[in-house]
Amino acid sequence: MFLQQLINGIALGSTYALIALGYTMVYGIIALINFAHGEIFMAGAFVGLLMVGVFKLNIFLAMACAMIFCMVMGVVIEFIAYRPLRKSSRLSALISAIGVSTFLSSLALMVFGANAKGFPDQAFHSRQLHIGDADISTLQLLIIGVSAVLMIGLEFIVQKTKIGKAMRATSEDYNTAALMGVNVNFVISFTFALGSALAAAGGVLVGLLFNAVSFNMGLMAGLKAFAAAVLGGIGSIPGAMLGGLLLGVTEVFGVAIGYSSYRDAIAFAILVLVLLVRPTGLLGRKILKKV
Amino acid sequence: MLHGLVNSIDPYFLQILVNIGIGITLALGLNIITGLTGQLSLGHAAFMSVGAFAGAILTLKTGTPFYLNLVLSGLITAAVGALIGWPILRLTGDYLAICTLGFAEIVKVVFLNMDITNKALGLTVPTPQTALPMPVIVLIVAVIMIIASTFIQNSRFGRALKAIRDDEIAAESMGISIARYKVQAFAVSTFMAGVGGCLYAHFLGYINPSDFGFLKSVDMLSMIVLGGLGSIPGAVFGATILSAAPEVLRFMSQYRMLVYGALMVFLMVFRPNGLLGGVNFTDLVLRKLGVKPRGAVRGQEEKY
Amino acid sequence: MALLKLDNATIRFGGLVAVNGVNLEVEKGEIMALIGPNGAGKSTIFNLITGIYPPTEGGISFNGKSIAGLPPHVIAGGGIGRTFQNIRLFNELTVLENVLIGAHTRGRWNLTGALLKLLPPVRREEGRLLELAIHCLTQVDLAHKAYEQACNLPYGEQRRLEIARALAIEPALILLDEPAAGMNPQEKQTLLEMVRKIRSAGVTVFLVEHDMKFVMGLSDRIAVLDYGVKIADGRPEEVRANPAVIEAYLGKGATH
Repeated sequence: MFLQQLINGIALGSTYALIALGYTMVYGIIALINFAHGEIFMAGAFVGLLMVGVFKLNIFLAMACAMIFCMVMGVVIEFIAYRPLRKSSRLSALISAIGVSTFLSSLALMVFGANAKGFPDQAFHSRQLHIGDADISTLQLLIIGVSAVLMIGLEFIVQKTKIGKAMRATSEDYNTAALMGVNVNFVISFTFALGSALAAAGGVLVGLLFNAVSFNMGLMAGLKAFAAAVLGGIGSIPGAMLGGLLLGVTEVFGVAIGYSSYRDAIAFAILVLVLLVRPTGLLGRKILKKV
Repeated sequence: MLHGLVNSIDPYFLQILVNIGIGITLALGLNIITGLTGQLSLGHAAFMSVGAFAGAILTLKTGTPFYLNLVLSGLITAAVGALIGWPILRLTGDYLAICTLGFAEIVKVVFLNMDITNKALGLTVPTPQTALPMPVIVLIVAVIMIIASTFIQNSRFGRALKAIRDDEIAAESMGISIARYKVQAFAVSTFMAGVGGCLYAHFLGYINPSDFGFLKSVDMLSMIVLGGLGSIPGAVFGATILSAAPEVLRFMSQYRMLVYGALMVFLMVFRPNGLLGGVNFTDLVLRKLGVKPRGAVRGQEEKY
Repeated sequence: MALLKLDNATIRFGGLVAVNGVNLEVEKGEIMALIGPNGAGKSTIFNLITGIYPPTEGGISFNGKSIAGLPPHVIAGGGIGRTFQNIRLFNELTVLENVLIGAHTRGRWNLTGALLKLLPPVRREEGRLLELAIHCLTQVDLAHKAYEQACNLPYGEQRRLEIARALAIEPALILLDEPAAGMNPQEKQTLLEMVRKIRSAGVTVFLVEHDMKFVMGLSDRIAVLDYGVKIADGRPEEVRANPAVIEAYLGKGATH
């Protein structure tokens, strides 16, 4: 029983981690909560759905298409709604982000209607495997596997490539990085692209997991992923991964012990608690403001 | 007699007017915390719902007269606001916003599961028997809120809020206790949300926790953004336009949120002061009162 | 008894010791300056005094009472006003409103006062605060711009506005953080006289500055900071001739 819930929790948590990574990277670099990130996740799910349902692509290709589409989407959003406000007040940028989020979810509502759509059966044949006295579906394995691969890929990019170094420099100190010759605009766009790609993958996986893709899936998942990012320490990539997993596991166990109707509230309770008790999260750094 | 007057007005038109009145109350409330103090609250709808349910339960379970009910709903909501605000308002902008959003969701979930709020079925609220007809009450409340907001804006209290908005560190260095003022602003803001919610519950006749979700908060945010953050005429203007719009533009209701979203981005990028922002009413008023720089202090300027 | 006393004040940021065991006294009624090469920790000392950071070690007392670890708003209420190195005005507000906010601690009506705005006691207070604000603006010669938006003022006037705002606290001690930065010689001369007038009005002045001429011509005493440590303290003539001071400056490349 415990093992079963743990497996469920890790699978769910992996998807949260994928989304949380986008939040944390963007926040780390331009200190903005990309409110529209949840909608990018949603868009990824829909693109994946379309690719499988209409173009009959296999799930991996569909996911790749979703990732590419959302990468472009993320870059465009940053360019239109956040870049012009970089010198404005934080409130303006936040409101702009909310505007984008509202716009996108309404657009999805208009285009796809209010009903949730499911992936067609041929998208992925899920089989049950047994480990001890727990079942794990191949779908869950897929989720965990894909998430792990993507996260390792991200770590590699951030730690071992030149662009990754630029990302880390810019998130440490924006102005100094610019003075050192880093093309800050490009780095920011790249960060958005990476985060969006991961969110898109998350979208497809969640869509498969719950067999439901709808216009408003972005809000809830986005908020939970944000809670995960904060839990792990906003700005910290390993933190987002850890936070996502922890949140997934906590949510699953919470439901298992009887709080199913408060399922969504669990993430928020964690969020509020973390922000009040230890705002830097588990792995985050404390940033002292220079006066 | 007033009842007769009110009943002679077309009920559809009346409904729009009442929506505007309630919208003004709600928008002005949000304006205090977000426009004036600069703290983005994405949970205004949750406080509206606290007021709505408090008012509804008071009417249904006790015999409290409506006017008292209205004030009590406001006070209860303000108390909840102060309680929530105290720990949360310590957070900086982005986190605060998300936290208010999280809190709003928690409230919704809790109300959907409580017996006293009738869970997901919602509550039906009977129209209260009052001497004045409801629309007149709504109008009076809206006017009171406008006056109160104007008074607040140009007072020592309001200046402290504006200082916090513009630069917290400088404000604190001028002797302003950030935590205290933020909580007080939040309490005022949630009081108004509660009153608005109570009016909403009694006018509409039926409330359900799902009505007060994030979208409703975005609705109210759009009102003050449209009119110009921090501007009272702006809030009134925004509330009027966006309360009337859903009715008047009913045929394009699916486009409504689409337009709001695009509008918010557009306004922030191109016209952050909103449509009415930049008109400094304080300025005009001060000049009208004859407060001029040199002549203001009779004879004292010679000393310096 | 000294008005302000730093007693072995120290602050560490992680591994960096920004201020290291500094002993400093500012006497009532004097104009005291704090100088030192860039990064020496001068603004940090101001931030320690005004409560923005609590000291890691050591004490700070004002008027005989300890203020170390108190929050900034309490310290301001106790009579210490300040300006900032990088101007921190309330940009969206008018010049007059900025100074009125400086006068915040001179009033006491809050929400109740706002709602009862028309009642005599509240109006009397508002009138009093307004008078105070105009007086402070007149002292820095900005009264004629009372209704301008703060961000529209030219740089030199913004600096003066910050001073007026700090004066509205009716402080016993005013901390000026690089008040002459970015000013031309004429403006600096005007500023010099302004500061002298402020002192004659009974306010003790403690300032941080880079301009040596300005500092030498104005201050009664000068303290010198280098790498967070006080290396000299005394009258301008003494400090100027102090070999450690000369080395601290010249050893790092010339300043003017």
